[in-house]
Amino acid sequence: MKFFGFAAGVAATLTLLSTTSAFAVTQISWWHAMTGANAEVVDKISKDFNASQSDYELVPVFKGTYPETLNAGIAAFRAGQAPDILQVFDVGTGVMMAAEGAIKPVAEVMTGAGMTFDKSQYLPGIVGYYSKPDGTMLSFPYNSSSPILYYNKDIFQKAGLDVNSPPKTWNEVWEAAKKIKASGAASCGYTSTWLTWIHLENFAAWNDVPWATQQNGLAGGDVELKINAPIFVNHFQALADLAKDGTFKYGGRTSEAKQIFLAGECGIFTESSGGLGDIVKSGMNYGIGQLPYDTDAKGAPQNTTPGGASLWVFGNKSDEQYKGVAAFFSYLSKTDVQEYLHQKSGYLPVTLAAYEATKKSGFYDKNPGRETPILQMTGKAPTDNSKGVRLPNLPQVRDIQNEELEKMLAGQQTAQQALDNAVTRGNAAIEEALEN
Amino acid sequence: MAPQLAITLVFFYWPAGQALYQSMLRQDPFGLRTKFVWFANFRKVLADPAYLNSIQVTVVFSLATAIVAMGVALLLAVMAEKAVRGKGLYRTLLIWPYAVAPAIAGMLWLFLFNPSIGSLAYLLRSLGIAWDPLLNGTHAMILLVSAAAWKQISYNFLFFVAGLQAVPKTLIEAAAMDGAGETKRFWTIVFPLLAPTTFFLLVVNTVYALFDTFGIVHAVTGGGPGKATETLVYKVYNDGFVNLILGDSAAQSVILMAIVIALTAIQFRYVERKVHYG
Repeated sequence: MKFFGFAAGVAATLTLLSTTSAFAVTQISWWHAMTGANAEVVDKISKDFNASQSDYELVPVFKGTYPETLNAGIAAFRAGQAPDILQVFDVGTGVMMAAEGAIKPVAEVMTGAGMTFDKSQYLPGIVGYYSKPDGTMLSFPYNSSSPILYYNKDIFQKAGLDVNSPPKTWNEVWEAAKKIKASGAASCGYTSTWLTWIHLENFAAWNDVPWATQQNGLAGGDVELKINAPIFVNHFQALADLAKDGTFKYGGRTSEAKQIFLAGECGIFTESSGGLGDIVKSGMNYGIGQLPYDTDAKGAPQNTTPGGASLWVFGNKSDEQYKGVAAFFSYLSKTDVQEYLHQKSGYLPVTLAAYEATKKSGFYDKNPGRETPILQMTGKAPTDNSKGVRLPNLPQVRDIQNEELEKMLAGQQTAQQALDNAVTRGNAAIEEALEN
Repeated sequence: MAPQLAITLVFFYWPAGQALYQSMLRQDPFGLRTKFVWFANFRKVLADPAYLNSIQVTVVFSLATAIVAMGVALLLAVMAEKAVRGKGLYRTLLIWPYAVAPAIAGMLWLFLFNPSIGSLAYLLRSLGIAWDPLLNGTHAMILLVSAAAWKQISYNFLFFVAGLQAVPKTLIEAAAMDGAGETKRFWTIVFPLLAPTTFFLLVVNTVYALFDTFGIVHAVTGGGPGKATETLVYKVYNDGFVNLILGDSAAQSVILMAIVIALTAIQFRYVERKVHYG
């Protein structure tokens, strides 16, 4: 028996070796950070791509959370073992862009492989964010999301609010939240995930006010934060005042507040469109609205900016590998693949054709609200304030903002002080990062 | 070359040397642009108010954790010694938590004290305490210390039980005959004789609180709110792996290395002299 096992093993190994040499399949490695349902999407897309052709084999590898995946990619690059494709979250975009010697722009990968790359087929808001100031597309937008408003219809009913009209402006949110709290319909009126992403970065874009100089960092150069302008101060002071009696409840720096909303503690909630799945699963009687805007802003609502992640291609690979990457990206841009990705994962489709096809299929009629993030992002042509934000050290700057906002919500400082501190400390950190 | 020497070279001196070298560099995350800056990173780190805050946080956290973990363990060990029946069962049950991974221990406490769903948080609220570890730094610190100390109690318990068994029964009985009460017997006979165990545990617990609690901090508070629970080790991680400032992070880890060397030297030179061994 033992001998047979051994012989079978040798035979299998030989077969494997001979197949590889006979067909010379080029392996393309893809490091990603997707879990749960989104990981299934990655596996299915990879399998289908591999089955669709015989020259390349795409090998997806899960590398942990977004920051862990980015770190794994960086460490591998330093050791000379970088993967071909790395999924990097929106916050890491500036980090990757600053590393021009390490990456190969997606536009070059595509044209180098002899493929035509038509940017106009992709959603402009998303493509703009992942491009250089001169328009060269640097990374491939894989999963994009946008913040929207969710509300609990049962709580609205109890509080005597109109269940069919979610608050449209921040003032309406504050009023509705107070009413929910005062009427006893719920112990808290409003909560939110990702204060930095939703209340600073998207707040600025949606209200068409600058978050920082130099087109929020997209134009490069010396960037200075502008988040202590009166419109931000008023907004956060309102939030801090509501936090005092628990009308606004803080959940944490990332998506922890989702639990508070799901537990039925708060009536109104702002969160990524990618968070919809859990809310649907909970069986809550929920409604969806656009991200609220500030009535003091003239251009509001403008458009929101993409969150999520994109795929980066590392430099110094063989032409054969780049051809494989290009083949995969063009496969990924196919309408049916994008439709599947959008409907299964809840992220936005990145091509206009996939969006149109989903619309035609009646998906949005059956799933109201799924179109909201797309309309928000594409409703208006982006301005200098609303293409997105980009810094070589955005994770660090967000940390600083979170720390100051937490001190504000704990009542240790006013909104003016918190945002002034965030600007001073943030600018110092940006200056230092640009020196490196 | 002796194999143990080779292992020390590969697993200690080499990485330590790398850290020392990295601490004098200013470098972008990908290592594309490198500048040698001598001690500029150290000067910057030591002048950073956030770093000084982190030192303070670490001292408070380590002391509180060591004191709570050792105090509770000693109390439990003395109680378990007194048990007439089921001694073995108590011991086994009390040793179990040691097998729990730090991150899991952290999650467990996080659930218990979660402001929305935690059962203990509910209890605190019904007692009129506005429990909010997400925004209140003191609450967050209490939560961290509880999780970290709880995890270490079993280990301390095990050593204290062994230490208590080594205390000669004759001494205690003699003292009892002379009319010494239970409390007096404990503080004048048992506690001094436990000194070697206590000293050993003090070293182990301090080192544990300083360096082994990363998983708990990461799972429970992530250093927040503000910077209220950012310990030195967590700051090394955050600056290096989240903020990608490798030079600062390396400088901090070199400082940590110096702290460990100094701590160990002090403990063995001065504290150990005052301990009775047998």
